[in-house]
Amino acid sequence: MPDKIKLALGQGATCSGCDIAVLDLDVELLSLFAIADLSFAPLATDIKYADVEAMADGEITICLFHGAIRNSDNAHSARLLRKKSKIMIAYGVCAAFGGIPGLANVTTTEKILQTVFQDTASTVNPEHIRPQTKYVSPQGHTLELPELYDEVLMLSDIVEVDYLIAACPPTREMNMQLLKVVLDFVQGKAPLPPKGTILALPKTMCDECDRTRPEKIIVDEIKSVDYTRIEADKCLLEQGILCLGPATRAGCNAKCMKANMPCRGCMGPTSAVIDQGASMLSAFASLLKTSNAEHLIPEEQIEKLMEKIRDPLGTFYRFTLPKSLLKKVVDDSNKPFTGAPR
Amino acid sequence: MTNTNENIANVPEVSALPFTPKIIVFCCNWCSYAGADLAGICRYPIKPYFRVIRTMCSARVDPEWILEAFKLGADGVMVAGCHPGDCHYLGGNYRTRRRVAMLRTLISQFGLQPSRLALAWISAGEAEKFAATVNGFIDTVIALGPSPYSKKSPLRAKEGVHA
Ligand code: FES
Repeated sequence: MPDKIKLALGQGATCSGCDIAVLDLDVELLSLFAIADLSFAPLATDIKYADVEAMADGEITICLFHGAIRNSDNAHSARLLRKKSKIMIAYGVCAAFGGIPGLANVTTTEKILQTVFQDTASTVNPEHIRPQTKYVSPQGHTLELPELYDEVLMLSDIVEVDYLIAACPPTREMNMQLLKVVLDFVQGKAPLPPKGTILALPKTMCDECDRTRPEKIIVDEIKSVDYTRIEADKCLLEQGILCLGPATRAGCNAKCMKANMPCRGCMGPTSAVIDQGASMLSAFASLLKTSNAEHLIPEEQIEKLMEKIRDPLGTFYRFTLPKSLLKKVVDDSNKPFTGAPR
Repeated sequence: MTNTNENIANVPEVSALPFTPKIIVFCCNWCSYAGADLAGICRYPIKPYFRVIRTMCSARVDPEWILEAFKLGADGVMVAGCHPGDCHYLGGNYRTRRRVAMLRTLISQFGLQPSRLALAWISAGEAEKFAATVNGFIDTVIALGPSPYSKKSPLRAKEGVHA
């Protein structure tokens, strides 16, 4: 029996659902711990950064890092674990593509602080106190807090990432697949997959979905899944439910669609595209029926029709805003330009 | 034909502008590109702040390309194709206008002025319209100023984030 490998469960801006996803291996946890020691897992063990800093570089065999990079502590943790780990895996969609925390990129840090420390109904803050990153007490103790970043980043923005696993959270089957890759490598049966591999399938979710896929889909209305009785075998899009399957990578076994829920895109885009939202936009633009032959319809009516798909940003980029091409909202208010000529 | 010399005199000097806009104009091969070509042959003056990218059909312009143009710092993007009903591939431009309509909503959610993205129908014979439309769009973009996406985010610069 070769020496056990060392496993780390790093975390950034996370809900810790990914930690729970690892626990979801249940009995297979035994085969995991037969080959691996847990050397860093803040959720399960008492460990400090100093302990990690004391490790030799590359001492950790595999680090599963979950959560996005939201503040300077997340970035520090990612950099430290990268240095100490041979293999860095962006585990779960937040680390891989930004995930739900990434939606904070629709606003600015200043607006968030304003809401939280000023505008909410229950806040009383007449002195406009804001959190400080550094405070020196009268006794001379220095207290520090991480700096909240202006933009949510994904793990690969900060460090080199070897493999990616998207999904929110990774499913048990995906974990089993990962475990097998690790086992095969540790036991010398198979080499590791090439760097940059995304542990999922290359095709789209629709290819994996059990529902019957029609040739062409035209719908009258976009419906809310909450108020619609879903037919079992019929494509959700055909039933007027915005399902993000056509622009999402397969590999989760189309779990949501089996439970009558539309795909929300947590597996991220397929390898053919960079921007998941743009490919969803292409897929959905031709979805809606027009009242008349298309060439007879004026521009304004088309604009009205497209407005039926509400909140394209929030819907199409629910899990991938930091990975998208534009990444973050900007301020383009129409004020006269006064900057330096360029 | 218009008096070219007189029109050229109206093109402002680069140094006189508050900034030099970067504008991408996607032209479909069968109509708008031919229109642009004709505008050149006719020597209609057009301000020199746009770059044409030819595609077979306006529907070939993937929304991703438009977003990528903005990401790379374009101050304005125009998609030009055949008139409705005239697309060489029958219905390509219907897709185009649906996509552009939705993209306008999307880019305004990203905070960009929707007028930075324009749609135009220009046939192979409408050289004058090509010149006028592009000149008009350039003026619009100049009035809007540089796109905020042309600046690198300070956080990304500080953290050494590529791209
Ligand atoms: S070929 Fe010109 S728009 Fe389709």
